[in-house]
Amino acid sequence: MTKTIAEINEKIRKGQAVVVTAEEVIDLVKKKGVEKAAQEVDVVTTGTFGPMCSSGAYFNLGHSKPKIKVGGGRAYLNDVPVYTGLAAVDIFLGATALPDDDPRNRVHPGPFNYGGGHVIEELVAGKDVRLAVTAYGTDCYPRKRLETWINIKDMNEAVLFDIRNAYQNYNVAVNLSDRTLYTYMGVLKSNLGNANYSTAGQLSPLFNDPYYKTIGIGTRIFLGGGIGYVAWHGTQHNPSVPRSDNGVPRTGAGTLAVIGDLKQMKPQWLVGTSMLGYGCTLTVGIGVPIPILSEEILRYTTVKDEDIFAPIVDYSEAYPQRSPDILGEVSYGELKSGRIPIQGKEVPTASLSSYPKAVEIANTLKEWIQKGEFLLTDPVAPLPGVEAGITFKPLQERPIEE
Amino acid sequence: MTVAKRVVLHFPPRLVEKPIIYHLVKDHNLVLNILKASVTPKEEGLLVLELSGARKDYDKGIRYLTEAGVRIQSLGQDVIRNEARCTHCGACVAICPTGALALDPTTRRVNFYPDKCTACELCVLACPPRAMEVHF
Repeated sequence: MTKTIAEINEKIRKGQAVVVTAEEVIDLVKKKGVEKAAQEVDVVTTGTFGPMCSSGAYFNLGHSKPKIKVGGGRAYLNDVPVYTGLAAVDIFLGATALPDDDPRNRVHPGPFNYGGGHVIEELVAGKDVRLAVTAYGTDCYPRKRLETWINIKDMNEAVLFDIRNAYQNYNVAVNLSDRTLYTYMGVLKSNLGNANYSTAGQLSPLFNDPYYKTIGIGTRIFLGGGIGYVAWHGTQHNPSVPRSDNGVPRTGAGTLAVIGDLKQMKPQWLVGTSMLGYGCTLTVGIGVPIPILSEEILRYTTVKDEDIFAPIVDYSEAYPQRSPDILGEVSYGELKSGRIPIQGKEVPTASLSSYPKAVEIANTLKEWIQKGEFLLTDPVAPLPGVEAGITFKPLQERPIEE
Repeated sequence: MTVAKRVVLHFPPRLVEKPIIYHLVKDHNLVLNILKASVTPKEEGLLVLELSGARKDYDKGIRYLTEAGVRIQSLGQDVIRNEARCTHCGACVAICPTGALALDPTTRRVNFYPDKCTACELCVLACPPRAMEVHF
């Protein structure tokens, strides 16, 4: 049995496509078997909703009168600095950017109440934000200062462009030390007080297509409540890690770079986020449809939490010191039971990625496809797979001799 | 054993001009930190305190206040969840010491049980989308 994306799209247009979520497909295949289910099911939808720091957006502000060269100057949106090293009125705002006067960790742990991710959420919510610019002035761009309210609807372009999202697997973070740690994996209590994890497990996009057989450059996706596309493989994309028999990586592996028009996204799917003692970020909602082109592809989507394993990493020593040591491996089934044993201790677990929201994303995408509003795309190029032989390089420092 | 608790005290108009807090400190050996105060003569007075001291002194102090006619409210009922901001990620459940924030094993949603909340406020800054709010 094989299908093409064109055939699936034809069924979607006619409102006849059979779409199930990556959660629903597990029982369906158990009941009907792979062969029968692969004939019936056209698309499996996935979802994930977690903090993703390598997120950001670029904007074209429009030209003021007289004109100002924001490029090479300094610019702020609601006091959060943006990158201006581009043409006159193009800027880039990163999710982790902080106001210059944010106290950071001077009093540890800093609260990090407001940063780039929060500005993105407010813009998407349609709120006015304050734009403040200082520039050096040129013959063609004479103005040196600009302060104004600005709204996303008045910008020429507002584009979400996340260079690393949807990590295929991630560490389970614990703390072996005797003091509380404040990390990007949340608050980690001393002496194995808790174990924090951050993926949607069986619903997460790349767990359901572990070898990137359908997800590639140009794949149309649910992004931030609207429509987006896979732009490239994400930074740190590393397919060459140990995998289980089902193909699922046993540690952080593939990633996606994604892009989409921010103006059609929704604030409940792009949430400004504060990690105590660590910084600001953006929680991003992503859902990827997987076309069931063959039995093999269907089989991958039936992966269960019990069959996905993640490494347990100590964030007091191993993580900051870049040591490869892990304290063991644990399945998402065990993590979701609420407690896992580590070094003979029962450790309570907590998630940073919202499973109920991942379910909502997968269901929303399913509805869009069932209603014929969302067609699938053929990728224009694949993501680098295992065969690409990518190695994940650490930074080798070389002393600079003066 | 020592305790430190945050309480809201409501003073009826007849008590506003009496030195209640002086006696609370002097006679019961408690340390207090005033977090908020609103006192107008002949109207109800409001005081938000952090009270700390030995357990038995604390209990006696609270009894003294109650008997004097002060209405005492624990701050517990005043930590609330902004339902629109909560993403049900679950980062809070390992932080909450009393189980007031707990995961529903079936829906994977985070339930908030205000009656179990002691207003320790550990969740307030640990919540990534900042959905837990303190209301006085």
